[in-house]
Amino acid sequence: MLSKKQARAFFLGGTLVTFLVFILLTVYSLSASNDQTNHENLTDSVVRGKEIWESNNCMGCHTLLGEGAYYAPELTKVVDRLNLKYDGNGEEVIKSILMSEGPWQPNGRKMVAYGMTEQEATDVVAFFNWIGQIDLNGFDRIVSPLAKDKINS
Amino acid sequence: MAIDNDQLKTNKINIMKYKSQKVAYWFFALSMLLLVLQIVYGFIMGFARIGFDNLHDFIPFNTARAVHTNLLVVWLLSGFMGAAYYIIPEEAQKELVSVKLAYVQLISLALVGVVAIIGFHFNIWEGRKFLEIPRPLDYLVVVNVLLFLGLILTTLFTGKRRTTTALVLSMGLLFAALLYLPGMLPFDSQVTDSFFRWWVVHLWVEGVWELIMGGILSFLLIKLTGVDREVIEKWLYVIVGLTFLSGVLGTGHHYYYIGVNKIWLIVGGIFSALEPLAFLAMALFAVNMYRKGEKKHPNKLALYWTLGSAIVSFVGAGLLGFAHTLPQTNLYTHGTLVTAMHGHLAFWGAYAMIVLAIISYSLPNMTGRKLYESSRGRAAFWLSNIGMIGMTVAFGVAGVAQVYLERKFGMDFMTVQKEISIHFVVLILCATMFATGIVLYIVDFYKHGTPTDEALEIKE
Repeated sequence: MLSKKQARAFFLGGTLVTFLVFILLTVYSLSASNDQTNHENLTDSVVRGKEIWESNNCMGCHTLLGEGAYYAPELTKVVDRLNLKYDGNGEEVIKSILMSEGPWQPNGRKMVAYGMTEQEATDVVAFFNWIGQIDLNGFDRIVSPLAKDKINS
Repeated sequence: MAIDNDQLKTNKINIMKYKSQKVAYWFFALSMLLLVLQIVYGFIMGFARIGFDNLHDFIPFNTARAVHTNLLVVWLLSGFMGAAYYIIPEEAQKELVSVKLAYVQLISLALVGVVAIIGFHFNIWEGRKFLEIPRPLDYLVVVNVLLFLGLILTTLFTGKRRTTTALVLSMGLLFAALLYLPGMLPFDSQVTDSFFRWWVVHLWVEGVWELIMGGILSFLLIKLTGVDREVIEKWLYVIVGLTFLSGVLGTGHHYYYIGVNKIWLIVGGIFSALEPLAFLAMALFAVNMYRKGEKKHPNKLALYWTLGSAIVSFVGAGLLGFAHTLPQTNLYTHGTLVTAMHGHLAFWGAYAMIVLAIISYSLPNMTGRKLYESSRGRAAFWLSNIGMIGMTVAFGVAGVAQVYLERKFGMDFMTVQKEISIHFVVLILCATMFATGIVLYIVDFYKHGTPTDEALEIKE
């Protein structure tokens, strides 16, 4: 039967090994040759957009890269999605929502009115465009290939 | 209120041993207060989802959400800290090194929490899921936790004995503090930001917090079942060993679809599929120790919460986590209400219930008032648990429907939200039942009164 000493060795050994493997995998997946984070296309505008995204806690309602609060739409491919919906005017629509002085509520669910400046709204759109170009291993708002064809046709 | 001295004398197993253990009471009281607030903000969100967003101008959804999750973290931490202040002196057989500093730590924790929560109402935050507390307050959190760790570790290492239970608990608390730091690193890229944010969030809840839970569970089982410490602590090592073996690399399940290498699909898939094992072991361990135990401890309520925590955490964290952890499934469920389903029962079972268990166990010992025979306490247990299971089912049905309509049939987000809003009516009804249970628990807490040294002196 397992002794307490062996149980401790299992705990300490297992922890050490898995943690080392975890660090190695982190280095591996973020190394230049395996990087797919779209890092090379980061511009000042994108970084400012991220800052605006965070300082207003947009993730407290929306999701981005599938992370957030599930109360408002996923924004990973939002520019593409709204381009389809508004005849290629996706960016303008997003900017007008962000710059609006009254709460945007197209479907009865209210968004905080941020009343952003033109520059701020442009930065957020740049951020969305950058996010949209990341290789997400196949994750999309609509995952089923069948549904995707239906939407695009 | 008079204390039944005879009863206490005949029952030495159920007595506070060190005066300084009383500090724990005030941490638990803070926990209870914040838990109530957390539930209030949960209701605000529930009502917003069925169209009653009347508080939007003062408490928009993103504020309610940040308050709801941050209060969860702070009340659980306060509960863990209270547990440590109660358990460590008893395990180390020594009074806490400084009671005064422990109160300073309590008050500063409460202040940081309150300032952060107020800030959320004025658009002051960092806006990173679960780590919304703004940067300047992060530093205060670090100072606060360092003070806490200083007190606990000094007591432990100058004490008469260092038990495995105390070491595992302290190790969990120490690592939880260290792992807060990766969340403070600044990144320009959303991908790397998110990558290291999970080092905090995932490695907390699916790693080091399980050490804390294991430590508290082990302490409670030793006290409540009377099974030999050596046996219980041996299995404690096995369980926390399984936790880290699966949980550390299981972090990969957050990395499937956020813009990092495909290697995580394999590693995360395999290791996170193993994560339920640790919870299964925990449930089997708790139930077996209870069966093996010969001691009939009179505090049945504490036993309910202890075994309940081990079992519900297996269902909530283990099984429901497994339900959407494989990359093939997660491709559909990532970023939907399915996550909320898992999150609610997992946090309730693993962490909320273990905190309520240690409170139920220690409260009669600190105050000398044994109210654990009351039907109110049992009603609190059953109402809150059945309510939470109902909430989980409501989230689950809403989540699965969302996956089918939105992800498979390509319906618009808001159209789907309207379709599933009925499940949030069910959610609110179940949440009302849950909240009733919690209110009864808190009434019980209040009726115990404040801690007294009489509870200690009776022993001598």
